Amino acid sequence: MLRVFIADDEAPARARLRELLGDIGAELPTQLVGEARNGIETIERLPESGAQVLLLDIEMPGMHGLEVARHIARLDEGPAVIFVTAHDRHAVEAFELNALDYLLKPVRAARLAAALTRAQAVGAPSAQTLETAAEQLRETDGRGRTHFSLTERNRIVLVPVNEVVYLKAEQKYVTLRTREREHLIDESLISLERELGERFVRIHRNCIVARDAVRGFEREGASEDEEAHWRVVLDGVAERLPVSRRQWAAVRALVAQP
Amino acid sequence: MASINQNALSNGLPDFRNLGVIARVLIGVHVLACGAMLAAASGWDDLLDRLMLAAGFIEPILLASLLLLVVLSPMLNRLHFVAGAGVVLVLVLAVTALAYDGVARVFGIPVGAGLVQALLLATLATLLLLGYLRLAIKAYSPALAEARLQALQARIRPHFLFNSLNAVLSLIRRDPVRAERALEDLADLFRTLMADARQFVHLADEIALLERYASLEQLRLGERLRIVWELDAAPSDAILPPLVLQPLLENAIYHGVEPSTEPAEVVVRIAQHGNRLRVLIENPFSERHVHHAGNRMAIENIRERLMLFFDAEARLSARIEGQRYIAEIEMPYRPAPKPRRGAAAGARQEA
Repeated sequence: MLRVFIADDEAPARARLRELLGDIGAELPTQLVGEARNGIETIERLPESGAQVLLLDIEMPGMHGLEVARHIARLDEGPAVIFVTAHDRHAVEAFELNALDYLLKPVRAARLAAALTRAQAVGAPSAQTLETAAEQLRETDGRGRTHFSLTERNRIVLVPVNEVVYLKAEQKYVTLRTREREHLIDESLISLERELGERFVRIHRNCIVARDAVRGFEREGASEDEEAHWRVVLDGVAERLPVSRRQWAAVRALVAQP
Repeated sequence: MASINQNALSNGLPDFRNLGVIARVLIGVHVLACGAMLAAASGWDDLLDRLMLAAGFIEPILLASLLLLVVLSPMLNRLHFVAGAGVVLVLVLAVTALAYDGVARVFGIPVGAGLVQALLLATLATLLLLGYLRLAIKAYSPALAEARLQALQARIRPHFLFNSLNAVLSLIRRDPVRAERALEDLADLFRTLMADARQFVHLADEIALLERYASLEQLRLGERLRIVWELDAAPSDAILPPLVLQPLLENAIYHGVEPSTEPAEVVVRIAQHGNRLRVLIENPFSERHVHHAGNRMAIENIRERLMLFFDAEARLSARIEGQRYIAEIEMPYRPAPKPRRGAAAGARQEA
């Protein structure tokens, strides 16, 4: 029995997929192990469902399906993912380019059976493939991620992008600081900076801060003749972060803009 | 039923009751007058004096002539173009002569050679404007306007079509009766979409279409979508261009309801205010859930179609007020030629 999880925000669409799974049951026995109505719910429920295949609608409220897949790819034994879409030309292009499997709504039983069989053989998509697809999609429809994710005991913890105060590269990891706490994530600061774009500003070789969180700057030390160092004062975080001399002009200009 | 091209009468004369025509006449005369003064003046002070004096003559003549033309517009409609233009010219000249006499007395200027000059200027201005308006009408000729209308014909998002078909498929086994109704709704919707985009339609039919569309969306979105219909003051005999309301409701649902995980409320309010028809469609707005582009295109499309039907007399505005996105159309209230039986618009809650 192939364990299947269905994620779609529209009840009739979920019902239809259940029906089709029933129809192809003789040829390919499946067991429905969970359902979710949006991306966040999918990420919450999927890990303990033990699903082997995720049927993932991409036009769901809150979080795009491709981002859901990227977060889920953190699981040790993540499911194979079959995307489902009614009509997202850009996403379909990105799927095609990266050999990710997808179904078009309305879904045909035969096509679903073929996709499930293939998923069983191929297994979970690699995080790298999903990243590349997401990057291509971002270029065409301009939307970046809404959340960061990390795993704790094989569960996925999500941190909304708008709660992040700064991201700082350490030895192997990136420290993600919110007002409440610190997390370690294993992504590269350079690609994060590219993905987050305008909402963050680089203050140092190893650090980007959320523009909204910048409260001001303070001068530090330095006597009259020596050039002063500046530090960023951040909202909700006591810590002051140094601005590198090279970044100072750009930072001041960027933050001054509304 | 009334056809498009509302700013011209059938004989090629401008419709002087049309706001766009009135505005063009007012602006045209003032531009001509300013040009003439600029050419004649010897300096800035002189120009100012001349403008003041000219205004004293021109405004009463202009306003009185326009008023007369507005009143006589239906009569002008029955004349041939040349005869009509002649009548317009004679009217303007008569007004000019009378007004010139009166104004000259007020200013204490002797009525003499100036009158001939004024009559010549009035003739020039009248012929120039009639010529310009005729050209403008040709530029917006029915054939051209119709071609543009066809191109602008509202299109339903494929996203909606495929999701609706999917929802209907899911119903066929569980609830065949509802599936049948949904397919009928879908058929009606597409019949309207593919219909002639150049004819005015009845508001009652347009509201029925909105409800069919809403019931399809309801099928997909269930309790996430709540529509409040405020139609008590909607004049069901009004006529309006086709498919200007449905795209607005589609926008409201696509941008305001679908991206939200919480149930969302859309308000549809249609009311008559004097001789104006007002339509308001309101949906929740959250910066976090801005759907990708496409909204402005729909709005621009409706705006352009309203312009082709009503010229300057219709208005479409879209604004954000706090957490709500509000799209509002204001257009002239035109009752249908004959009262029709059938669907009267009443207040409804929830499709």
